[in-house]
Amino acid sequence: MNPKLRIGKTWLYIPLLLMTAFYLLPMYVMLVTGFKSFAEIDLKTMWNLPKGIAFDNYIEAWKNLAPHLKNSFLMVVPATLLSSALGSLNGFILAKWKFKGADIVFPLILFGMFIPYQSIMIPLVQFMNYSGISGLPGLALAHIIYGIPITTLTFRNYYASLPQELLEAAKMDGADMLGIYRHILLPISLPSFVVVLIWQFTSAWNDFLFAVILTGNKEWPITVALNNMAGSQIIAWNVQMAGSLLAALPTLLVYIFLGRYFLRGLLAGSLKG
Amino acid sequence: MASVTYDNVIKSFGPVEVIKNINFTVADKEFLVLVGPSGCGKTTALRMLAGLEEVTSGQIRIGDRVVNDVAPKDRDIAMVFQSYALYPHMSVFDNMAFGLKLRKTPKAEIKKRVEEAAEILDIKHLLDRKPRQLSGGQRQRVAVGRAIVREPKVFLFDEPLSNLDAKLRVQMRAEISKLHQRLQTTFIYVTHDQTEAMTMASRIAVLNKGILQQLDTPQALYDRPANLFVAGFIGSPSMNFFPAALSVNGGKVFVEMESFKVQIPDALAAPYKNLDGKKVTFGIRPENIHDPEFAPVNTHGEKVPAKVDVTELMGNETFLYLVNGKNTFIARVDPRSQKRVGDEVQVIFDMDKFHIFDAKTEEAIR
Repeated sequence: MNPKLRIGKTWLYIPLLLMTAFYLLPMYVMLVTGFKSFAEIDLKTMWNLPKGIAFDNYIEAWKNLAPHLKNSFLMVVPATLLSSALGSLNGFILAKWKFKGADIVFPLILFGMFIPYQSIMIPLVQFMNYSGISGLPGLALAHIIYGIPITTLTFRNYYASLPQELLEAAKMDGADMLGIYRHILLPISLPSFVVVLIWQFTSAWNDFLFAVILTGNKEWPITVALNNMAGSQIIAWNVQMAGSLLAALPTLLVYIFLGRYFLRGLLAGSLKG
Repeated sequence: MASVTYDNVIKSFGPVEVIKNINFTVADKEFLVLVGPSGCGKTTALRMLAGLEEVTSGQIRIGDRVVNDVAPKDRDIAMVFQSYALYPHMSVFDNMAFGLKLRKTPKAEIKKRVEEAAEILDIKHLLDRKPRQLSGGQRQRVAVGRAIVREPKVFLFDEPLSNLDAKLRVQMRAEISKLHQRLQTTFIYVTHDQTEAMTMASRIAVLNKGILQQLDTPQALYDRPANLFVAGFIGSPSMNFFPAALSVNGGKVFVEMESFKVQIPDALAAPYKNLDGKKVTFGIRPENIHDPEFAPVNTHGEKVPAKVDVTELMGNETFLYLVNGKNTFIARVDPRSQKRVGDEVQVIFDMDKFHIFDAKTEEAIR
């Protein structure tokens, strides 16, 4: 490499590292505070390392949060799988099996991405009341539907990048619409599924607003439970921070293990096989 | 085995008519090449036969059966696509077996047929590979193999060689010809490359602007093009054309170009005797224009003066780009020719091999 460029690159790393450090500061506070005893908690010593490593806080947070962690999984897994499956089917039809008006339906679906959660809170709760779908299933349903625009967009763009001849070859070979989807498109959709699964998992897991309006305290997912762990008078910051780590861990793990597929999937649409 | 018939077939996309009433029959076991410039409707004609496009009006028959409303899979045809369209996630074996699996062919039968096809195409050692591990030529073979295993009545090829490099194209051309002889099945092959058409076809259908221009054997198309378009399309370099007028003088017929004239041999003059003054286009192929030193004897040669503008030495032949007045034309002469750029020369037009077209209708007059 050109030596000048190399020096330029070195300089680039300095601000990047500084920004990374800045971005990681809250993580640092969360980690150290989670290991401190209640007596150690003080604004003045907030940046100090804990005196010892004790897992008491985690045990207590786990006691409080475990049922809600389970709630989160019960809600997030079906929400993620179903909205990904629906998005994939939608994308297939909108990209490769165009019907009259498909070019109007697609933007309308996308429009759903831009509707803020807050604006539909009241009708959403009313709908759930009338329809009798309540609690976790209702919350899952809300996330499935809210996920459809982004999953549809991701799959549609990926499928649109595939050559039409691929489908025509399958048609000549004797596959019908569902056969083409099942035998040809679905098996090569893995990169898009990874993107969509991570995306949906994260956004449904992290959601607070829908959860707080649609579930009662037995059914709270972990985000709401975490919020409510803090007492109204005293906040046990050490337990709170330990709980925060527990709440963040699943999405973190998902990203650590599937992250490289995530990037690859994001690029998949733009690259030709 | 089956014939294919296009009967008054019209295809429109919205208001645009891309196929304007074509009629022809492809005989059983024939190798028909549909050729024409891009946008002439040749691919659309093929896709209608495949069932990938609907027929706007008219009938397409395979054998005696009208297939307009038959699903592609039930037409008993197989198609090789330009981009090969291999299924990227399947092995070569599965690519070839896919159609048979969907038809619930017994496993042993599938294995037998795929291995036979792989044997024919010399891809037996590739059966476990994925398409991305194959070269362009190998992918092409797999695409052909996928068609073979289906044992269809008609094979369709849509510009299958245009993604290959020049050398491989020549090789695959010969292999497809061999395949046709071996399988003894009807082949319909679309290309824009007239060399492919000439080398492989038993008959060629030339299309332009959605109209069938001429359908004949390669040699007949070359020797007796029906109109100006076919004359210009078939042959490389293209036929030379000169705007001209006929003149009849004492029973002799002359073609008068802007700056020179040639006489039509008496033996060939009959069709033109009553056309004194008619505006025509005179056509002659580059290989029928000779350097006088190497001109064949026994021809009705007409001397034409010209200036050499460019020479292209090909080794086995030389192209002379010549100018006479406003006319520029190409001669394909013997490589020993000593003519050089700037030379004022006399070339010989072989008047046994000329073409005359009506200037208005562009149809051949003969």
